[in-house]
Amino acid sequence: MTRAMFGRGIGSAAEPIPNTDMSAELASLSMPSPVLTASGCAASGRELDQFFDITKIGAIVTKSVMLRARSGRPTPRMCETPSGMLNSIGLQGPGIDEFIEVDLAWLEARGARTVVSIAGESVDEYGKLAQKLRTAGGVDAIEVNISCPNVADRNQVFACDPEMAANVIQTVRRQSDSQTPIFAKLSPDVTDIAEIARSVVRAGVDGLTVINTALGMVIDVETMRPALAGVTGGLSGPAIRPIALRCVWQIRQALPDIPILGVGGIRTGLDALQFILAGANAVSVGTMTFNDPSAPMRVHNELALALSERGFSSVSEAISYGHRGADIFEADGAGEIEPE
Amino acid sequence: MPVQVRGEVLDVRRAGGYYVLSITAPGIPEQYRPGHFVTVGIGGEESGLILRRAFAIHQVQSRGVYGGTLDVVVGVQGKGTRWLSERGRHDTLDIVGPLGKPFILPKEGVPCVLVGGGYGSAPLFMLAEQLRERGCRVDVVLGASTEEKLYGVLDIKRVSSMLTITTEDGSSGTKGRVTDVLPDIMERNNSAVVYACGPMGMLAAVAAIAAEYRAYSQCSVEESMACGIGICMTCVLPVIGDDGITRMVRSCVEGPIFRGDLVRWDEIGTIPADALGAPALDMS
Repeated sequence: MTRAMFGRGIGSAAEPIPNTDMSAELASLSMPSPVLTASGCAASGRELDQFFDITKIGAIVTKSVMLRARSGRPTPRMCETPSGMLNSIGLQGPGIDEFIEVDLAWLEARGARTVVSIAGESVDEYGKLAQKLRTAGGVDAIEVNISCPNVADRNQVFACDPEMAANVIQTVRRQSDSQTPIFAKLSPDVTDIAEIARSVVRAGVDGLTVINTALGMVIDVETMRPALAGVTGGLSGPAIRPIALRCVWQIRQALPDIPILGVGGIRTGLDALQFILAGANAVSVGTMTFNDPSAPMRVHNELALALSERGFSSVSEAISYGHRGADIFEADGAGEIEPE
Repeated sequence: MPVQVRGEVLDVRRAGGYYVLSITAPGIPEQYRPGHFVTVGIGGEESGLILRRAFAIHQVQSRGVYGGTLDVVVGVQGKGTRWLSERGRHDTLDIVGPLGKPFILPKEGVPCVLVGGGYGSAPLFMLAEQLRERGCRVDVVLGASTEEKLYGVLDIKRVSSMLTITTEDGSSGTKGRVTDVLPDIMERNNSAVVYACGPMGMLAAVAAIAAEYRAYSQCSVEESMACGIGICMTCVLPVIGDDGITRMVRSCVEGPIFRGDLVRWDEIGTIPADALGAPALDMS
């Protein structure tokens, strides 16, 4: 397939040639595309709207917002790594009130579907964030970023403990509008990601975002000190794609019905196809948006073509197709689905 | 509004220790104002170097056989800039621009001084031209560690009222730093505005001198950035707002040009305790 690499007016913003039905569902959220942005890689959509029409992709997943304004960590916050990057931003943001007033209002007026990512330092904070969003307009879904450290509990990361992760989800579920789907964003830095997945599903989550960054580190050999002011940081980009794909596959095997938003190093339509074949219902393009600000729209178009070339007439036909023949799907009576 | 375009390399030439790339970039020269920058994708579609590199726009031509073209000055610092320096005629590049906020020009023909450190002189050429058109006196100071690291001495001489060169090793001009000669120049010409582009340390020193002489300063910062368009939050620095509150602002969209007296130079690389949203406790 050919890659239309460039933005508006050069190719990628053109409608896809194939007739593939690109509609996608994540729990009760219906979207015209299975391609979303990723939290922390799209701000609140406004900048990317200069490069492609943000209403044409699945949804904007906004940068994780906290209860109060936050300055984030000192610089250097970023370091390029082989096929990826390491970041330690420290959740810089305006706080939930300004976010609702400015960013969410803009997204709603723009007509973009919006998944609001929230991050707290305690279970209580997550609950308060959910409460604030309950009365705000324009929230199509909530993504709970449970990969931040729990300050109360010796900086333990919520997503690394099944019980703590479940506590957060229960609280958010209780404080949210029952019609708003809630996703939990999982960390790959665990021994058994399926165990965490089962725990948050039992706690009432509607879907899973798989995965957040993997914790990494770089040492600057000139200064002979850590390259990031925050010492360690989140590794993202194509370097982590195989890890993300493995996590999606394992969770799909453990939980055949849970909606999954696959994230991790997606650069092309074929990368997105891998995630869908592994069991993702939709995908997020994250770090590669820094590389190509048109990437989410381009990946959408390339995916439409890739599906069509393989005989799929819709995204939904391809979901979990990589697992065909496996017992978990035969038990549903679905058996093997052959594309046309 | 920035655009993303496929540019064609028209020419790559050596200039001292730097490379100057001329690239077609339809849509960018038409919107250009001095101080704008572009980002360039590195290594092609399968590249393992995923972060775009940012360059101040050096020159633009909005008409001609190629339509709009622009020049950038590249200093080879690592794999990405090495790759760019090795491009040849007809190679294509993924270009996004124009980005950032440009220099603010005085309404009247006041005396200005332009200070460039190393290839930080690149965005000053067209600025000098535009200032001259407004009737400003334009004094230029270029400094570098050594002669090879100076950029565009002969060309900028044509658009400057007076050019002063400094090198730390004395290989060209006055031995020393730009800040050694700047006070004299400002004093003599009664400079009202100082424009500067170069390393952070130089900018901090220039901003301090400008403040001392009660001149308005416009500094173009070079913070490492991942996206250049305002979505990654990596290129932040502490800047005092109109309301007196310090915020960690993105140098790509709120800069790269900042008023020198509003940047908290000594605290770059930290979160000042009184910055908006600063941690109440040590977060580490």
